[in-house]
Amino acid sequence: MARIDLQSLGHSYTPNPKSDDDYALKPMTHVWEQGGAYALLGPSGCGKTTLLNIISGLLTPSEGRVLFDGKDVTALPTEARNIAQVFQFPVVYDTMTVYENLAFPLRNRGLRGAPLDARVREIAGLLDLTADLNRRGRNLTADAKQKISLGRGLVRPDVAAILFDEPLTVIDPHLKWELRSKLKALHRALDLTMIYVTHDQTEALTFADKVVVMHDGRVVQVGRPQELFERPAHVFVGHFIGSPGMNVLPAEVSGRAARVGGHVIALRRGFPALNGGAKIEIGVRPEFATLAPAGAGGVPVRVRRLDDLGRTRIARVELSGLPMAATVPEDLTLAGDEASLLLDPAMVHVYADGTLVEGEAA
Amino acid sequence: MDKPVNQGAWLLVLPVLLIVAFSAILPLMTVVNYSVQDTFGNNQFFWNGIGWYQELLDPSTDLGGRFFDALWRNLLFSLLILLIEVPLGIAVALSMPRHGWRVAATLVVLALPLLIPWNVVGTIWQIFAREDIGLLGWAVNRLGIPYNYTADPLSAWVTIVTMDVWHWTSLVALLCYAGLRSIPDAFYQAARIDGASRWAVFRNIQLPKMHRVLLIAVLLRFMDSFMIYTEPFVVTGGGPGNSTTFVSIDLVKLALGQFDLGKAAALSIVYNLIILAVCWVFYTVMTRMDAQRN
Repeated sequence: MARIDLQSLGHSYTPNPKSDDDYALKPMTHVWEQGGAYALLGPSGCGKTTLLNIISGLLTPSEGRVLFDGKDVTALPTEARNIAQVFQFPVVYDTMTVYENLAFPLRNRGLRGAPLDARVREIAGLLDLTADLNRRGRNLTADAKQKISLGRGLVRPDVAAILFDEPLTVIDPHLKWELRSKLKALHRALDLTMIYVTHDQTEALTFADKVVVMHDGRVVQVGRPQELFERPAHVFVGHFIGSPGMNVLPAEVSGRAARVGGHVIALRRGFPALNGGAKIEIGVRPEFATLAPAGAGGVPVRVRRLDDLGRTRIARVELSGLPMAATVPEDLTLAGDEASLLLDPAMVHVYADGTLVEGEAA
Repeated sequence: MDKPVNQGAWLLVLPVLLIVAFSAILPLMTVVNYSVQDTFGNNQFFWNGIGWYQELLDPSTDLGGRFFDALWRNLLFSLLILLIEVPLGIAVALSMPRHGWRVAATLVVLALPLLIPWNVVGTIWQIFAREDIGLLGWAVNRLGIPYNYTADPLSAWVTIVTMDVWHWTSLVALLCYAGLRSIPDAFYQAARIDGASRWAVFRNIQLPKMHRVLLIAVLLRFMDSFMIYTEPFVVTGGGPGNSTTFVSIDLVKLALGQFDLGKAAALSIVYNLIILAVCWVFYTVMTRMDAQRN
């Protein structure tokens, strides 16, 4: 059982951090609920692995505390925490058999005899490794090796949380799906908190109940996949999740209207209190921007290119010279490059200095 | 499918064959030629057949006794330095830094003894260990331990073994370090999470990765110590008595000191065959072990 609390946790690799830039992980407070399946999503170098290594105890944070079920473990070494970690490259002890690999963490903790044997076989069964128990680790495929790495975590009865650091990087694409489903199933079967670090949005969105998006050492949004898609809390989330990412356009916003280069775009909410100074932008996903024939209402755009993605078509358009992506309805045929863009007002969000601004519902 | 046959390809091998013939086979045949003859100087040679070989391989004869004494000394020396240098080299490699500027500094310091010419190493220790003016020899004697490598066989052995350890442990350490460097950090992190002890990490992660380089290190150190000549020649000259006379030193005495060309040639051929045989055994064992592991 573990609920993991991060309290004003920050980490800097320089001794005396002065500005925000000195932090690999900017001070943050966050709670990982017991039994949750979390994905930690962000580009390379955003601090994901730093955060993961702090939770597992491989790294001691330069400030703040880590609590497991309310108990301060910040100073505890990794072997004393109820935590397991699976790394990017499978770690298998070459000279040992699969059985010995799985038994290794238990033997190190003093378990012997029948209870050890029973536990190893149970976990091998869960991971479909029973047939390979007597094989040497070195000859196995990458996915089997990664299962063993995972198994060495699962085998410990004391483990309450498993951390995954981009575990599918070296796995063949057609096996990735299989292994991810296995992880999902294990998460349902065992009452474990799982934190899964990845830079692949598909992996994150399919694995996790909650996705934590990180950017530049900071958590920018925590939410269900649908929330990340429909209401990105930061323009970075809009860019990073979705393909193509969210359209972000500089705009002037007053009341319930946004002005982009002389054109007016309707908003669902009112924004009377946007103060000056901040950089104001509006964001709308291509999925909620639909192309229509010129003169069909909406804002006039110039079509630059149509990309056929197979199932859908994406249009690259320009709105007053600003590039955007938009959905092309199946039955639409265009004459020339003049067209009109219909935006769903509920899905047009306003950002001040990159952060989502909540409007007034009235 | 039929393989194309083109005998003209032999022409491509010809240059190599010629070079090898001139550099290796012809000189070797001269030695073979000497080994079946006897000479009393004056460039007069007499056919002796396998006589020298019979004498050499029979420990009851003067020549055979000399040869076997030197051979056992050689083997004892190789065994001693392997027993010291391999564990010591592993220990040094394990305690070397893994990151940062210290890596380069350590590598340079470790490589230094390897860059010194053999006879200079011998000269350094010959002076360093002298009981009258050498720092080491003088200090040891002042500590109350009788030590004089020119008079006492045990002192002589301690000196040349220490010298070899000083000269060559770096090689073992550098090879092991190369093996250790190929271990990703994730292995150490996973081992910490698995609660592995220091010994378990060594036994299950580090040693398997060093296994191959260690075999190479043992092979290199064995061959080299088995052929050792320069350093003991400079330090002890084979003495006191014959206590540090190794096969190569004896060979030179025989050939250039006594001008027994026939005996020396037979000895050098047997010496050569022993080295080849040991190499072959090592090679076979290494490839066998590799095959077993895969």
